Amino acid sequence: MTAFANAAKLQERPATRPVVSCRGVAKVFSNGTLALQNVDLDIKHHQFVSLLGPSGCGKSTLLRLIAGLGEPSAGEIDWPADREGDAHALSFVFQEPTLMPWATAIKNVMLPLKIARMSADEARGRAADALRLVGLSAFENSYPRELSGGMKMRVSIARALVTRPQVLLMDEPFAALDEITRFKLNNDLLRLWQDSNFTVVFVTHSVFESVFLSERIVVMAARPGRIIEDIEVAAPYPRDNDYRTSPLYNEHCRSASAALESAMAHHAHHG
Amino acid sequence: MTTPLAQVAEQDGTAPVFLREKTILGLPASAWPKILMPLAVGLLSLGAWEMVVRINQIPPYILPGPILIATTMWLDWGTLSGSLWITLSISLAALAVAVVAGVALAILFAQSKWVELSFFPYAVILQVTPVVAIAPLIIIWVDNVQLSLLICAWIVAFFPILSNTTLGLNSADHNLLNLFQLYRASRFQTLLYLRLPAATPYFLAGLKISGGLSLIGAVVAEFVAGTGGSASGLAYRILESGYQLRIPRMFAALFMISISGIVIFLCLSFLSHLVLRRWHESALKREN
Ligand SMILES: Nc1ncnc2c1ncn2[C@@H]1O[C@H](COP(=O)(O)OP(=O)(O)OP(=O)(O)O)[C@@H](O)[C@H]1O
Ligand SMILES: [Mg+2]
Repeated sequence: MTAFANAAKLQERPATRPVVSCRGVAKVFSNGTLALQNVDLDIKHHQFVSLLGPSGCGKSTLLRLIAGLGEPSAGEIDWPADREGDAHALSFVFQEPTLMPWATAIKNVMLPLKIARMSADEARGRAADALRLVGLSAFENSYPRELSGGMKMRVSIARALVTRPQVLLMDEPFAALDEITRFKLNNDLLRLWQDSNFTVVFVTHSVFESVFLSERIVVMAARPGRIIEDIEVAAPYPRDNDYRTSPLYNEHCRSASAALESAMAHHAHHG
Repeated sequence: MTTPLAQVAEQDGTAPVFLREKTILGLPASAWPKILMPLAVGLLSLGAWEMVVRINQIPPYILPGPILIATTMWLDWGTLSGSLWITLSISLAALAVAVVAGVALAILFAQSKWVELSFFPYAVILQVTPVVAIAPLIIIWVDNVQLSLLICAWIVAFFPILSNTTLGLNSADHNLLNLFQLYRASRFQTLLYLRLPAATPYFLAGLKISGGLSLIGAVVAEFVAGTGGSASGLAYRILESGYQLRIPRMFAALFMISISGIVIFLCLSFLSHLVLRRWHESALKREN
């Protein structure tokens, strides 16, 4: 019954044109590593997509190419819903917090707005809002080294959100966090995504995280990095801790795990 | 409040809690040993020196004791302070020019690898050529003696700032550079908000070295120039006292040079501490 309801819910979503589409994308690094081969991927508006795969399969490489950090060696990455020259359509959360150590939390969050030449007062207001969103209001004036690892990551997320991006690219943002914090941030990210109108591409190597968060899991295999499976996670939002214990969740975890295992097997055959 | 991501706040408490370290006369208690210990060593050594001079009855034209040196400094303060002022102003002017030129050139180098590759070797040549060897030439070429001294001091002081700042500008975190690219920051914004702050600790380390070097450069150049007349620095006082066998005065001038060097170093260290204390590893106590 639930599966049926979900399908209906998924179909309700508006706008089906892709936000970004990768066609035959390959990446060869200067040392000869073939990191990606023949990647085709369409990501739709307001979709929550996870890239799932073993370490070294090219998830970060693909995400960086999508972000425009580096050129693909072959194929192309197209943004059909043209971005109208708006520098803030895109935000990126790196695998590490990547904060400026000489700047306080709020100054770090203000950075993208400062680059966009927003007035300091307005930027400060919006940065304060973003920090409140991640629960760090009390730490506005702390320097990164005075924050814990999880707090730094939240500052980094606040910095990505402050520009109100249309596309949010996240590279294992919660991988270094403890489980309790990760669950909370998972819940909060989902709530934020439902309330807003952005698209998320979320890199992870955790089956559970990808099944909990996303509508769609793109499974990748290594050597060379490629997409081997594209799974739809038909479960209704809002997803909460009840979902984590539901049979539906288990079922999706099982199929995602199977896909990941076959990805590893591919890897073993080729490597 | 149920804004997304907000509940995590609960686990952090509402605000950070600070406990302050005890202070004595405005300085943290842990800072006092750092000041008192070297001072004690210095006083003990001076005392031993005075004892050795007195017990062995060493004549002042061989080795004057610290007390005699101090009284000479007091009595000759008129001449010596004038010379001190001249030497210091040349050093500080050279340091200032070295900072401006070093940072400007480093920024230029950071703009393109080619510029750096083409010009950096010449900066190295300037650095490795002994200033004693080129000082006579510079003094001949430049009419104004003060200016030629300044140029010599600058040559010595400028390289650490240039090379450190160049290194610093190129050491900005790679992912942060990507972030700036992602938000389409202009070259100038990247320089201002990322490269320059990232270079600051390197620049300050260079500045500390250059501060001492500018004084050494000024003194060496003065020795070579050996200028007479009213506008003469401490190096000239040392030469002059040597000729006249006024050894206590020679020591007094020497002391003043050393003390100036120490003061310059302390000032620059303090400046560095002020700038870096909140964020840079070098300025922080290890707490773990
Ligand atoms: N700059 C680089 N130069 C050469 N090879 C690289 C470079 N960056 C990544 N690679 C190689 O490309 C492959 C994919 O790397 P990538 O960082 O995309 O993996 P990943 O899936 O993100 O792994 P992880 O989960 O460990 O972060 C790896 O085999 C890696 O060795
Ligand atoms: Mg990665």
